[in-house]
Amino acid sequence: MNWGHRLVRRGKLEEQLDKEMRFHLAEHAAELIARGADPAEAHRQAQIALGGAEQIKEECRDARGTRWLEDLWQDFRYAARILRQRPGFTMAGAITLALGIGASTAIFSAINPILFEPLPYPHPGRIVMIWDTFQGARSNVTFHTYRELAARSHDFESMAVMYAWQPTMSGAARPERFDGQRVSAAYFRTLGVVPALGRDFTKADDRFHGPHVTILSDALWRRRFNGDSGMVGREITLDGDLYTVIGVMPRGFENVLAPSAELWSPLQYDAGNATSFDTEEWGHHLRLAARLRPGATIGHAIRELKTIAMTRMPDFPRPPWAAMRYGLIVDSLKEQITRGVKPVLFAVTGAVILLLLIASVNVTNLLLARGAQRAGEFSMRAALGAARTRLIRQLLTESVLLAILGGALGLVVAQLGVEALVALSPAGLPRVNAIAVDRIVFAFALGVTTLAGILVGLAPALQASRGDLVDGIGQGSRRMSGGRQFTRRILVVSEVALAIVLLVGAGLLFRSLARVFAVDPGFDAAHLLTMQVQYNGHRYDADAARRRFLVEALENVRHVPGVAAAAFTSILPLSGETNWPYGANFEDGRGYDVTRYVATPGYCQMMGIALRRGRLLDEHDSATAPPVVLISESLARRQFAGQDPIGKRVHVGPLDRPFYSVVGVVNDVKQGSLADSRTDAVYLTPEQSWYADDAMSLVVRAHGDAAALAPAVKNAIWSLDKDQPVVRTATMAALLAASESERRFAMIVFESFALAALILAATGIYGVLSGNVNERVREIGVRAALGASRRNILALVVRQGMSLTALGIVIGLVAAAASSGALVSLLFGISRLDVVTYAGVIGLLALVSALACWAPAWRAARVDPAVTLRAE
Amino acid sequence: MSAKSDLPQGTLDLLILKIAALGPVHGYAIAQRLQQVSRDVVQVPQGSLYPALHRLENRGLLAADWKETETGREAKFYRLTRKGRAQLESEAASWQRLTEAVGLILRLSEGGAR
Repeated sequence: MNWGHRLVRRGKLEEQLDKEMRFHLAEHAAELIARGADPAEAHRQAQIALGGAEQIKEECRDARGTRWLEDLWQDFRYAARILRQRPGFTMAGAITLALGIGASTAIFSAINPILFEPLPYPHPGRIVMIWDTFQGARSNVTFHTYRELAARSHDFESMAVMYAWQPTMSGAARPERFDGQRVSAAYFRTLGVVPALGRDFTKADDRFHGPHVTILSDALWRRRFNGDSGMVGREITLDGDLYTVIGVMPRGFENVLAPSAELWSPLQYDAGNATSFDTEEWGHHLRLAARLRPGATIGHAIRELKTIAMTRMPDFPRPPWAAMRYGLIVDSLKEQITRGVKPVLFAVTGAVILLLLIASVNVTNLLLARGAQRAGEFSMRAALGAARTRLIRQLLTESVLLAILGGALGLVVAQLGVEALVALSPAGLPRVNAIAVDRIVFAFALGVTTLAGILVGLAPALQASRGDLVDGIGQGSRRMSGGRQFTRRILVVSEVALAIVLLVGAGLLFRSLARVFAVDPGFDAAHLLTMQVQYNGHRYDADAARRRFLVEALENVRHVPGVAAAAFTSILPLSGETNWPYGANFEDGRGYDVTRYVATPGYCQMMGIALRRGRLLDEHDSATAPPVVLISESLARRQFAGQDPIGKRVHVGPLDRPFYSVVGVVNDVKQGSLADSRTDAVYLTPEQSWYADDAMSLVVRAHGDAAALAPAVKNAIWSLDKDQPVVRTATMAALLAASESERRFAMIVFESFALAALILAATGIYGVLSGNVNERVREIGVRAALGASRRNILALVVRQGMSLTALGIVIGLVAAAASSGALVSLLFGISRLDVVTYAGVIGLLALVSALACWAPAWRAARVDPAVTLRAE
Repeated sequence: MSAKSDLPQGTLDLLILKIAALGPVHGYAIAQRLQQVSRDVVQVPQGSLYPALHRLENRGLLAADWKETETGREAKFYRLTRKGRAQLESEAASWQRLTEAVGLILRLSEGGAR
């Protein structure tokens, strides 16, 4: 019989034990009677010979070896009864813990797949990203650089390059644009994943003018093709061409390098002709991933790549911009996907740890208060022979049981929290799909719960079990409460201090966000509707067709009722589009990286981008007119520093074309984000651009509600071409908000945690003070009898509470100042020691704790000396 | 000094195993047998008999069944398991060695005094 079994059969064993004892007594008595004893006397003799039946049974139970479990069970049942008796106390404790456990579990579930879990590929540690270096920063590689590295390196078993591709699928239904990737043949091999259906790309697929083939994601295959197993070999129309589906990726495939990609096609770049440098094969627009050979170390690979970069080979010519003069940068794939979000995640993790601590401290305080009320009970149990360890165990069982209740509620909180986190998550957060309350997260919650249960129970258990027997049982237990009060005060001070740290974090983020949104984006963002239009199919192969479409589409859109003005731009501010920098090279040889806006005439007027000098672009700046350009103020300042830039000449893009003349200077526009300081830009008309972009953003200024215009504007475009995909429809206000989603995410998390912390700290102060007032009723009564006014007594209690708060504030401020460094990268426009924030936090906490002091103080002031003194 | 002596530590288990080796037997009978066989020299506190029986059962040295006695009552009968028999043999042997050794030493010290 194992002990689990024994425990279950405990009742039966007890019964048998009893029966065995009775048999023994009966036999003994029967024998005595047979020898002639009186029956009653015989039974008495037998009892004496056997000894104390209960004691024997107890020893037999010990012999069973399941004693500890039985005790534990008993402790739990007793603890459950205690908790049930005080539903208010239990709920308060459980909810507080649920808050802490739930929040930390939710945050853990978000950071676990990003920071701790290995990436979902075989040997993920061997996958690296390789970057070219430009001005010390990572830069994309060119196709020929990739070719050279792949041919010359020995430390990698495969290498692959990729770029984002957004083909439009047309057919019977409304055309749909997908996120996809153009990849070199070894892409999936580098990740270590093979298609679930069909086959992977081969070298034969990935050659110049190779076959049109594509591999679908599982999600796309199910959504658009109903998971048809005969899909492999079928053809679909992408961008007006027929593509053969050759494979479908497995359901669990997570593409961390492009999470939204749903289909893939081979790169099909031209590997020959490396000496003509004016080709897209020499453009820096590819990301390079590689898988280390088994046994190769990343350190060795870095040295090998450095050697390759530094030694040129005649077989591999290099133009000046891809000469690898500054070496290459190698990141592990893990670093690559976490680099951008680490600051936010660390800040949020710190915040949740603070919240969990505050919740635990609060519950500890509750338990201490409870311990004071139960002092009599513990003294009684000790007097009846309960060992100190037994009492501690009992109390810990109670706190752990409370924590388990809290943990169960906490899982609900965590589930809600995870949903909120995913909904709020900034666009750059990797592996969002992997965020869920799974087994590991559950284990984490269980661990936190147990830890919290023991932590919150330890101090109260030690405190309670230390009680003096006589003092505890007698009524004069007031005197022994000094130690407990001291502990509780320390806890309240630490609660206030922790809350301060959270509040300062929340305040700094709040002020940063306010500062960011106070930044002038450089245009008037109100009443703007935006959407992106992509040219679909071969009818737009010619640049002229694209330009004609722009003119006709604008004509249609301008006739939509409610539209005040409309224009197209190649790149939209704050849209999150990738902004490839273009070279702007002035006549004097100085060059700059600039944002290239190809915008239809009237764009600047409609956006409200102010003209500083010269003139704006108009219809007369056509293909046949002399090429002209607008430059941004910052560029004008940097290049011309006080001189008049009008009439100066500049190359934008290729150097073998005529110069553009600067005809105007416009104010700076924030392109990447409001916090972005790079605003060097040029503006061209589509007719005068050296190529027509694949996608253009339509911007519409509405007379009234911009969002309401969306359906009519889309129809105006579709009336021109029903196969034209229109994507990313959003008001400029929404784009503006989304551009700061990361900072906002951190701020919302901090604010909600700080609010919770503030409430917990306030209840902590309230709890301690009201407990204190209860214990001092007699003293207060005496004071009142001796002539203390209500005001005096009120002040006495409030002063006591506020001195705790003040101490907590001082400690908290020091801690906040020390830890605010962790937030620096999320701050904008303010110092991490921002005086306004700190002052505001102090004021807020002082106010809240004054409110928390008021109720107990009021109660104290109303103590009737006659009543309390008579009660003695 | 009393004519009856307390059992040395650990010997109660050995005696119980030995008695159970003779056939299934209930607790009361074991107590009786111990007293009779030792001619009342060995004083077994009945109270410590049952915890010892439960401990031996728990260690798998004894097995127990509920059976009817001749008097028609239900009693818990203990019998030796295979493991119990091995334990009995090894403990009996070591007890034997111990008593012989103790006897030798006692005789030696008597000789030395002469």
